[in-house]
Amino acid sequence: MSGANRPTAPSFVDSVSLIAGREITMRLRSKAFLISTGVLMLAVLASVVLGSLFGGQSEPTKVAVVGTAADAVADSDALEAVPVDDEAAGEQLLRDGEVDAIVVPEPGAHQGQTVDPLGITVIGLDQTPTGVVQALSVHPSVELLDPAAVDPGLAYLVAFGFGIVFFMSALTFGTTIAQSVVEEKQTRVVEILLSTVSARALLTGKVIGNSVLAFGQILAIAVLAILGLMLTGQKVLLGGLGGSVTWFVVFFAIGFVMLAALFAATAAMVSRSEDIGSVTTPVTMLVMIPYFLVVFFFDDPTVLGIMSYVPFSAPVGMPVRIFLGHAEWWEPIVSLVILVATTALAVAIGERIYRNSLLKTGARVPLAEALRG
Amino acid sequence: MPPARGHPYREGMLELHDVTKRYGERLALDAVSFSVGDGRLTGFVGGNGAGKTTTMRIVLGVLASDGGTVTLDGEPVTATDRRRFGYMPEERGLYPKMRVLEQTVYLARLHGWSTEAATRNAVELLERLGLGERQGDTIESLSLGNQQRAQIAAALVHRPEVLVLDEPFSGLDPMAVETVQAVLADVAATGVPVLFSSHQLDIVERLCDDLVIIANGRIAASGTRDELRTAHGSERWELLTSGDLGWLRERPGIEVADFDGGWAVFEADSDASRQSVLAEAVSRGEVVSFSREHTTLAQIFKEVVR
Repeated sequence: MSGANRPTAPSFVDSVSLIAGREITMRLRSKAFLISTGVLMLAVLASVVLGSLFGGQSEPTKVAVVGTAADAVADSDALEAVPVDDEAAGEQLLRDGEVDAIVVPEPGAHQGQTVDPLGITVIGLDQTPTGVVQALSVHPSVELLDPAAVDPGLAYLVAFGFGIVFFMSALTFGTTIAQSVVEEKQTRVVEILLSTVSARALLTGKVIGNSVLAFGQILAIAVLAILGLMLTGQKVLLGGLGGSVTWFVVFFAIGFVMLAALFAATAAMVSRSEDIGSVTTPVTMLVMIPYFLVVFFFDDPTVLGIMSYVPFSAPVGMPVRIFLGHAEWWEPIVSLVILVATTALAVAIGERIYRNSLLKTGARVPLAEALRG
Repeated sequence: MPPARGHPYREGMLELHDVTKRYGERLALDAVSFSVGDGRLTGFVGGNGAGKTTTMRIVLGVLASDGGTVTLDGEPVTATDRRRFGYMPEERGLYPKMRVLEQTVYLARLHGWSTEAATRNAVELLERLGLGERQGDTIESLSLGNQQRAQIAAALVHRPEVLVLDEPFSGLDPMAVETVQAVLADVAATGVPVLFSSHQLDIVERLCDDLVIIANGRIAASGTRDELRTAHGSERWELLTSGDLGWLRERPGIEVADFDGGWAVFEADSDASRQSVLAEAVSRGEVVSFSREHTTLAQIFKEVVR
């Protein structure tokens, strides 16, 4: 064992990438992670497919048309005309369930003695075919004095979507980081690691490794969802969402690092995996509260306005406001600066707690002691 | 760097100078100074709570001291130097779900080795430690003894320039003890200072060149094995004859410590009286053996920590 060919100590970046690489490899090898990701993927796929089955965007309604009634039906996008020779042939189709209704010209139409203003009669089977009637009806013009920029239903969906993506991935990967920290403490391997790399490199590697996994998972879900929507022929509602999604990704990336550092730091204060839940509760709350606020107050500009500046809720609040068109161009930038500053502070404090707590096994390390060192 | 008390400065060694550590009110280490020469196997012995683990953690920099310095080749040890240390902590632990080879390679790479060189080192070392067959198994599937071997591999795989091992022999069967002993001796032979603690004083006695004895956070004794034996060893002599040694009690200047028929352990007040005992025994024509009583490390240890 000659010492002549000993290598030089690796750089910070090398150490971090090794640690992050190990985190990713081990997680990808974990059955629990693969199964939960698979279940999540299936759930997304199932909701897309079920949405297409029960959604309103199905094929146009088929109606049997007799003679000149075809002209009236041809104007409607929602109806598909099936020409038949006479009413009896149409009735056969209706009874077979091939069509939803028969549209026939009103008997006196050609003589100019019409009773019906449209000159047609809709024949249903056992009840009024409302959809067909609706499609053939004449509506008065409608004018809104103060039109809503965005459909409130869509606004809710977007708020809910951002909220749940942030909530789910922050909790999932926050907990993963916490477990990984405690595992190293519980199995004592941390003492060997600390004699090799700095606590800062260890923490950075963990945060980066798990962030990559979190982004990978979200990306996979997004691709699957869009692919599913396209394959099942549903219209993708992404128009107008682009800007807010981009901001969401930026905010998420930074906000996730902040939460990850806090999860790692709090987890480092305990020595057994059973204690992770209680010690990380405050951080979990910081993830859950923005989620619920967004879901409940997505239509309240004041609450949403405040939330879009509070670092813990900004990753959800600001993109929603951008989508709703409430935010001035400079607002996301200011909010981002606040988030970056808070993240830097959280990482600095987190690293301190982490470094001071890692070798203290046994009872939970009090926060004051972890901060003081 | 001025020489520490009682430890003349020597090139190429690990030295502790007045290292002090407090845990709250308790003084865990009180001005601990000793040195580990390059190429020397140094045994570190002391009772439970004497301060061995604290000392080792401070040497490795995983714990900060409250005073004093640790130097290597006369220079204070830096974080970069410590990357080239090998460490086996008292609290054993590796990643339970990682495979033996994978884990060993990972640790070597953290020290800066390339994947190829790390793998080569790891395979060679695991073979040597008798873990060649278990390279692909996860740590958690190994027996405790084999986990211990894997732990030793983890401390050695990056070919450290300084080796610090906390209780490397605990939990090993006699065969494994032999293997690990041989590996450590080889490492020391390349000029690496090796410090290891142990409760198994017989192993320390057999293996070590130097000894450091710590008690209540203070160094009770340190030096080469022979120096310690001379300083703290017995002045007693052991005589075995085929006859009865009853006459020994009557000899002037002789104090019998232990006696059983033809066997006796005694102290002599001078070389002359000791020689006269031997002459008398020889003249009676019944001597089987005559030697200085062998002082075990356990006896020295009990004497210095008392």
